Amino acid sequence: MEVMFILIGFSLAAATGFLVAFIWALKRGQFDDLTTPAIRMLFESGSRKKDDAKG
Amino acid sequence: MAIESFKYDNVIVRNFTLATLFWGVVGMFVGLLAATQLFLPELNLGFGPTTFSRIRPLHTNAVIFAFVGNAIFAGVYYSLQRLCKARMYSDLLSKINFWGWQLIILSAALTFTNGITTSKEYAELEWPIDIAIAIIWVVFGWNMFGTIIKRRERHMYVAIWFYIATFITVALLHVVNSFELPVSLLKSYPLYAGVQDALVQWWYGHNAVAFFLTTPYLGLMYYYLPKAADRPVFSYRLSIIHFWSLIFIYIWAGPHHLLYTALPDWAQSLGTVFSLMLIAPSWGGMLNGLLTLRGAWDKVRDDPVLKFLIVAVTAYGMATFEGPMLAIKSVNAISHYTDWTIAHVHVGALGWNGFLTFGMLYWMVPRLYGTKLWSTRLAEYHFWIGFLGILAYAVPMWFAGITQSLMWKQFTPEGLFQYPNFLETVLQIVPMYVIRAAGGLLYLTGVVFGVVNLAKTARQGALIREEAAEAPALESRHPDKGQDSYKHRILERKPIVFLLVTTVVVAIGGLVEIVPTFLIKSNVPTISSVKPYTPLELEGRDVYVAEGCYNCHSQMVRPFRSETERYGEYSKAGEFVYDHPFQWGSKRTGPDLHRVGKKYPDAWHWNHMIDPITMSPGSIMPRYPWLAEQQVDPDGTPAKVRAMQKLGVPYPEGYDTLAVADMRQQAEVIITGLGDAGITADPQSKLVALIAYLQRLGTDIKVDTAAQGQ
Repeated sequence: MEVMFILIGFSLAAATGFLVAFIWALKRGQFDDLTTPAIRMLFESGSRKKDDAKG
Repeated sequence: MAIESFKYDNVIVRNFTLATLFWGVVGMFVGLLAATQLFLPELNLGFGPTTFSRIRPLHTNAVIFAFVGNAIFAGVYYSLQRLCKARMYSDLLSKINFWGWQLIILSAALTFTNGITTSKEYAELEWPIDIAIAIIWVVFGWNMFGTIIKRRERHMYVAIWFYIATFITVALLHVVNSFELPVSLLKSYPLYAGVQDALVQWWYGHNAVAFFLTTPYLGLMYYYLPKAADRPVFSYRLSIIHFWSLIFIYIWAGPHHLLYTALPDWAQSLGTVFSLMLIAPSWGGMLNGLLTLRGAWDKVRDDPVLKFLIVAVTAYGMATFEGPMLAIKSVNAISHYTDWTIAHVHVGALGWNGFLTFGMLYWMVPRLYGTKLWSTRLAEYHFWIGFLGILAYAVPMWFAGITQSLMWKQFTPEGLFQYPNFLETVLQIVPMYVIRAAGGLLYLTGVVFGVVNLAKTARQGALIREEAAEAPALESRHPDKGQDSYKHRILERKPIVFLLVTTVVVAIGGLVEIVPTFLIKSNVPTISSVKPYTPLELEGRDVYVAEGCYNCHSQMVRPFRSETERYGEYSKAGEFVYDHPFQWGSKRTGPDLHRVGKKYPDAWHWNHMIDPITMSPGSIMPRYPWLAEQQVDPDGTPAKVRAMQKLGVPYPEGYDTLAVADMRQQAEVIITGLGDAGITADPQSKLVALIAYLQRLGTDIKVDTAAQGQ
């Protein structure tokens, strides 16, 4: 069962790492471009002919 | 930048669509059959494989993994190709994914009806099929990541994140919950026992809802809703925030399935707190979906696709509000073990999953076949009949759940039970079961309309097997290294990194919650009087598991006066240390059985199992006459004892060689007793073993109390 101690250590380290990465990312302005992806997905490159169909 | 031409694979999408519809009808029909048996038990036709306790798991697995599962694959295979501007990574993997999944479903139908089950809810499949699921799931993930890696669109749209989280977490949950020791080809015991098994199971069970019924469908919502409405999602920022918070919080909420049980209190409170927090990210998703239609609500009036999608999102919002409420301990004290839970899950299943599936299919199938929907009017009928079906299902179940729970808890001014007979509280709600079945029938009728409509749509068009598309090739490195290349962009562009981060986020919740209960011995107080099951009881327990008794009977007396008065001393964690698997159950269609041992004579049990009505007039329990005829195979018993020894159950060394003799001896005692009551019984019959088990249930601790009293 000693492996559980290793797992706890690993998960705590990972949790800390994730938190640090998240704060760092936030400060770097990660959430800036939040407009174009939402619009881009509406356009299909492949089905141009049929994309005019209603619905 | 060279423009590349390529083709989308629509055949695989069509195949998964067909499977979705086929298994949807089958799964819902089985559900209707199960629902009807709750007021017409004879409808099992006196046949084991069609009896409620065996087809209820068949229903849940069929609608979750066959209907919803195939719909996920259909939706992901369609949207992922288009979002990545790439064909699926490998046609062969797509085919293996498809046929493998259908074979797994088929094996589920065959094993469940034949009583081959692990009894862990929504994870009932036995070990060889568990391995097959893991393999096919990895094939799916391989195909998905392959596609993501060769994508022609740098940015990973929000839907893809949800798909990735789904893949990772379901893999993790499935593997951890399926640690089991095979005894034979189709029988295994879980490594965990009792309270630990319960915690792992409901960590899985809750997250199966979260990561099989929720996250993939949120991904589908983020693709199909903007597409159908032809407008971008309300807030892309919100989609990012609620994605991360959702996956981080969901993984901790599992213990809310075990409130007031023998699970340690701290774990229960943790589950409650995180369940309440879940409202925020859940409603983030719902609001994002609903607000996508801001200023375009007029479209909903004319378009059945949007009607389905909007009601789906609304049902999601209702279910994710109700869920946290049910996770509050004082509400759970009333709702748990009742039909309220059934109402709750069906708002989610019929509303959120069912309606989103059909909204998606009504939008997607005409595009696959290069045509228009055959009949908008029929789709409208489907919508309204399905909508009425959901109401006619959920409302009576809410009513039934609260009614029955309050009846269980009602004392007279003298302090006696107002309804001492459990059966009385069941018969009170039988009319609700009738209305519920009618609701299910309405919903299924709508689904049949949908199948007809989609079949006609397919017939009037022609499948575009290979859909041509073109897009610029992706540059190998993204050039902008300035302040624009912020962290999240990097994550989005590196799927493997993203995969790891998601795994970590999800693993933290699970590990921190489960690991301590393994380590902290005080969480499972050992009670000296609790002894391993005798071989006959062990065999009887396996009969209990195989017949699916846990579908209607709990084995967990909660520490309320209304339960200790009715059933006996409340259940302690230490009583379950030899229970591989745990049998706490989640629903009391019949009474709790944890203290049923020695409550009734053996002959009572015998007659009750042959025909419950002879002992409890009006009972809706099915008859189990085949248990008197079928025999326990004594050749398998030593292996079972050895397996239990491996799992830490302290049978004496070499006990497996004595097990069969002990089993015979104990059976003889029961047979003699039954003979005195005028019953001729086969000592090797499954029913004798089952009686031995039932008479043992919860009695160890009574011995202890008696000993202390002297």
